[in-house]
Amino acid sequence: MNIFLQQIVNGLVQGSVYALVALGYTMVYGILGLINFAHGEVVMVGAMLSLSSLGLLLGWDVSPLLALPLSVIIAMVGCMALGYGIERVAYRPLRHAPRLAPLITAIGISILLQNLAMMIWGRGYHPFPVLFANTTHSFAGAIISDVQIAIVVLAVLIMAGLMTVVHHTRLGRSMRAVAENQHAAQLMGVDINRVISLTFMLGSALAAIAGLMVSANYGLAHYYMGFLLGLKAFTAAVLGGIGNLRGAMLGGLLLGLIESLGAGYIGDLTGGFLGSNYQDVFAFFVLIAVLVFRPSGLLGERIAERA
Amino acid sequence: MSFRIFHALLFIATALVLSGCNKATNNDTNAAGELIVRIGSAAPLTGNQAHIGKDNESGTRMAIDDANAKGLIIGGRKVHFELISEDDQADPKTATIVAQKLVDDKVNGVIGHLNSGTTIPASKIYNDNGIVQISPSATAVNYTAQGFKTAFRVMANDAQQGRVLGEYAAKNLGAKKIAVIDDRTAYGQGLADEFIKAAQAAGAQIVTHEYTNDKAVDFTAVLTAVKGKQPDLLFYGGMDPQSGPMAKQIKALALNVKFMTGDGGYTPEYIKLAGDAAEGSYASLPGVPLSKMPGGKEFETRFVARYQPIQLYAPYCYDAVNVMIAAMQKADSVDPAKYLPELARISLDGVTAKIQFDAKGDLQGGAITMYQVQQGKWQALETLGATH
Repeated sequence: MNIFLQQIVNGLVQGSVYALVALGYTMVYGILGLINFAHGEVVMVGAMLSLSSLGLLLGWDVSPLLALPLSVIIAMVGCMALGYGIERVAYRPLRHAPRLAPLITAIGISILLQNLAMMIWGRGYHPFPVLFANTTHSFAGAIISDVQIAIVVLAVLIMAGLMTVVHHTRLGRSMRAVAENQHAAQLMGVDINRVISLTFMLGSALAAIAGLMVSANYGLAHYYMGFLLGLKAFTAAVLGGIGNLRGAMLGGLLLGLIESLGAGYIGDLTGGFLGSNYQDVFAFFVLIAVLVFRPSGLLGERIAERA
Repeated sequence: MSFRIFHALLFIATALVLSGCNKATNNDTNAAGELIVRIGSAAPLTGNQAHIGKDNESGTRMAIDDANAKGLIIGGRKVHFELISEDDQADPKTATIVAQKLVDDKVNGVIGHLNSGTTIPASKIYNDNGIVQISPSATAVNYTAQGFKTAFRVMANDAQQGRVLGEYAAKNLGAKKIAVIDDRTAYGQGLADEFIKAAQAAGAQIVTHEYTNDKAVDFTAVLTAVKGKQPDLLFYGGMDPQSGPMAKQIKALALNVKFMTGDGGYTPEYIKLAGDAAEGSYASLPGVPLSKMPGGKEFETRFVARYQPIQLYAPYCYDAVNVMIAAMQKADSVDPAKYLPELARISLDGVTAKIQFDAKGDLQGGAITMYQVQQGKWQALETLGATH
C-alpha cells in the first residue's frame, strides 16, 4: 500500500505547483477573457531571477536563512514588473481588438521571453544551490522531503491568502466587479486599468513563487522550463473551470493526482497493454471527459452574457 | 492561352535553372579567389538539449577553422570552408525543413543531426539530393539500414552500445532484476530495446519497462511504480535533461538501485543536474576515452580554451569534419558524388577512434567505454566491445 500513498504524495506536490501556476491563468481569464500564454514563461523568469539573486547573495556571504526570502522578494518584484510590462505592451493596446489578436501577441511574448532568457542565462541548466540539508521523512512507507512539505504548505497558505484578497479587500471587490462587467465597473468609479495591471502583477508574483518551488524541488532551472509547466497549468485551469479561482486549485491538484496515479497504475490496470507512456494521454482523456459533461470545467459556471 | 504557355515555359526554364543550381558542384568563389566549400551543421540550438547542440556546432566549427588554417588545395584550387549552422530543435519535423534548407544552400556535406529522431527523416532528403551526411551522434540502427549511400556515422550504433550496456549490467554489475525507462524517442527506445535483449540474454530479468518523454522533469510517479517492482538496477534510455533530475529523484524516493544510462547521460551537465545523487551512476560512450587517444588530450585542451568544457559529442563532430575533408582531399574534389567513394573506404586516426566505415556507413570496430561518476567526475572504467 505504501506505493499508493507515495503516488498520492507525488501527485499532491506536483498538483500544488500546477495549482499555483493555474491561478495566474485563471485570474487573467476571469477578468479579461484572455488566455495569457506567456504565464509559463513568467514562472521561468521567476525561477531564473531567484536562482541568480540567490547565487549573488550567497556569494556575498549572506546567510542562507536571509538569502532565501530576499531572493524570493527579488523574484516576485521582478516578475510583477514583468507582468505589468506584458500587460501594458502586449495586451492593453489590443483590449478592444478581436479575441485572436491578443492570443497571438501572448504566444509572441512567450517566444520572446524564452529567447531573451536564453540570451541572458544561456542554454545550460542552472543547478539550485543546496541551502539546507533536505531531509526526507518517511510516514506509512511514503517518503516526503522538507522541500516537498514546504511546497504543499506554502501553496495552501498562498491560496488561502489569495482567497482573502479577492473576497475581503477593496482590490478584490474591484477585481470581481471588473470580471463581472468592465463597463459597469468603470461607471461605478473602478479604475479598470489599475485593477487589470494589479491582477497581472498578483498572478506574476504567484508565478515567481511557483518558479522557485519548481526549481527547488527538481534542483534545476532552465530557460525552457516554463513551456510545458504552463501548458499543464493551463490544462488544470480549464479542468477546474477557467476563470474560477477555486476551480484552478482543484484542477491543479486533480491533474497532479491523475498524472501520478495514471503513470503508476495504467500499466498494471491494462495488463501491460498501455504503459506509462500514456500518462499524458490519460490526463488529457480525463480533461476531455470532464469537458464533454461539464463544458465550463468542474467548478466553472455557465455565464451566458459575458462582456 | 499563349500567355499560359509562356508561363509554363517560364516555369520549366526556372525549374531547369534551379535544378542546375542544386547540383552542389558549382561552388562560389570568394573575394580572395578561393573556392567556397560549405559544410552544414544541424543540431538543436534551442530547447532543452541546446547545450549539447551548441557543443556539436563548436566541435564542427573548430575542425573547419583548423582546415582553413592549413590552406588546403583541392582540385587545383585553394579552398575556404564555410560553416552553415542550422537549428533543428531536436524535432523531426523541423529537421526535414532544416535539411531542405541546407540542400538549397548548396552545402557540400552535412555534419548532423544530433538525435536519431532527427537524423533519420533528414537522411532521406540528403540522399535524394546526393549530399554526404555524417552524423556525429545518431545511434539508432535504422539510420544506416535504409540503404542510403550518403549516410555515415562516426559513432557506434544502438545495437553495439545496447549490447555492451546490457552485458555489463548483467555480468559485471551482477544485476538480476532490472527496470528500464525510456523517453520514446528513436534513440531512447532503440537503445533501451537493445539493452533489454542483451541483459536478458545474459540472464537478467526485466521486471518493468516504463516510459517518459524528452520534455519531462518529474519522474516521481514512474519511479514509484518502479520501486514497487524492487529492481536492483535501473537503466534509462534518453538524454541528460531527463537522466539528471531522474537520478536526483531516485535518491529522494530512497529507491535503492544502481543507475545506468547510455551516451546521452555522459555529460558534465548530468552531474550538475543530479548533484550528489550522480555519484556511482554508470554511463557508456562509444569510442576510447579522449585521454587515451593520440591527439585527444590536445584537442580537449584547445577546445576548452576556445569554448567551454566538452559536453558530449564535440570530438565526434571534429572527427566527422576531418574525415569528410580527408575524403575530399583524396578524391581531389569537393563534389559529393566524387568524394563519397573515397569516404566509404577511408581510414583516419580521429580523436575518438580510428575511423573506418563498413558497407552500411557504420563505424567499424565500435569500441565502447563504460564510465562511472566518482567524486563528482566521470571516470573511465573499462573499454569493451572492440570486436566487430
